[in-house]
Amino acid sequence: MKDALRAAFFIALKDMKTYYFKPPNISWGILFPFVFVLAFYLRNPVDFSPLIPGLVALSLLFGTTSMEAIVITFERMTGAMERLMLYPVSTLTILAGKIAGGALFGITVTAVLLSGLFFIFPFYIVNPLLFLASAAISALAFSALGAFVSVAVKQVFEAQTLANLFRFPMIFLSGVFIPVSALPPALRPVAYAMPLTYSVDILKVSFGYTAEILPPVASLAVLLVFTIAFLGLSVKIMKNRVS
Amino acid sequence: MDTVIADGLRKNYNNFTALDCVSFSIKRGEVFGLLGPNGAGKTTTIRILSGLLKPTSGNALIMGNDVVKKPVEVKKSIGVVPETSNLYPELTCFDNLVFAGRLYGMRSEKVKTKADELLELFGLKEKRNVLFSKLSSGMKRRLSMAASLIHDPPVLFLDEPTTGLDVMSARALREIIHSLKRRGITILLTTHDIEEADRLCDRIAIIVKGRITVIDTPEALKKSVSAVNPSLEDAFVEITGLKSELMFQEKEGGR
Repeated sequence: MKDALRAAFFIALKDMKTYYFKPPNISWGILFPFVFVLAFYLRNPVDFSPLIPGLVALSLLFGTTSMEAIVITFERMTGAMERLMLYPVSTLTILAGKIAGGALFGITVTAVLLSGLFFIFPFYIVNPLLFLASAAISALAFSALGAFVSVAVKQVFEAQTLANLFRFPMIFLSGVFIPVSALPPALRPVAYAMPLTYSVDILKVSFGYTAEILPPVASLAVLLVFTIAFLGLSVKIMKNRVS
Repeated sequence: MDTVIADGLRKNYNNFTALDCVSFSIKRGEVFGLLGPNGAGKTTTIRILSGLLKPTSGNALIMGNDVVKKPVEVKKSIGVVPETSNLYPELTCFDNLVFAGRLYGMRSEKVKTKADELLELFGLKEKRNVLFSKLSSGMKRRLSMAASLIHDPPVLFLDEPTTGLDVMSARALREIIHSLKRRGITILLTTHDIEEADRLCDRIAIIVKGRITVIDTPEALKKSVSAVNPSLEDAFVEITGLKSELMFQEKEGGR
């Protein structure tokens, strides 16, 4: 277990050194969240405050999934993933390291975004501990989603396109702009099946709003289940793909 | 003692048989060659022995460990140099070696010392802080070999080690293989280059269409054919029954 954690740490570290500033990561993982936040701020600066928790979640979603799309598909294309599988580490350890690297990237981008936002639009986080916990677990869940999408394809553009198939519906159905309770009843089950819904819900609580879907601890548990499920599926697909 | 044992390895992909009952064993410190045209099953054999592929049937043992049942133990005892140099282009030579060592569980100081030793051994000391992407093909292949030796494995697999290299780079790599043999490392190499197999290998298995047709020393293989002053190429053609046109087609139709 200790060896596996060490190996996952070194894989995450190597991914950070190697992939953080690859062009597709800059466009989808860094620029997109900044442009998104700026667009909504310029549209309505006065009533911007309630949107912040949702935009934080979106930034985490795009940062993490973009990183995974690049890290996994690049390494499969170059054969580096196969080399990783020659080391005495399990597929689970390899993907856990990659997911950790993606989560750290998403958190870093979001931290920079929030810091910048604070200077132009001061906001107040009511429960910083819950905010940190929800940001960390959300980043892991989204990163695992990114890994799940990326292990199934061969090219970076395929991974980004497939990721958008998940990301764009989530933007509109997960309570970022429209509360889930205000959605048509037929769409609500779809919202409940999306990890972003729970992420937005807990982040709203950390900013002082009321939970709409589940109590914060339950939402954190649901995000953990999403993380484990996406990681497990990714490992299964990766093993099948390589062999 | 046999360090590598393949026993009846078979690999099927739907209706295609990539390997058909492949069996051989390699003694400690021996250089063993798998010689055959492209698509003969050489890389598939290495992928199975290194735990990347599961055989459809048959067994393989490396240093007494079953490749399917104890893959982690097997991976600790082997180094693999794939045909394509697939280290990280964005990392320096030194960082690539350190990363490899870390994944073998080596401690920071030990891995750094070992990385510097290997850079010296492989003539890459001056390229220590150069990005992998900036190296020539020959240097990339040498660094790949260095990375596969970072944990001092007793067994080394080399997949087409000199393919795509210029004459001098190929010669330098062959010298390194000889020096590794002198250090007692067991080497399994695949090649479609008959001259290379003749120069490097203690024993050669000729593999065609997934089946091993013969295993012997290069000298014994040459003696087994009827030509006057036979070369290993004469032996290869006579033993496999492949005509030159067919060999050409095999190469074209290979991976």
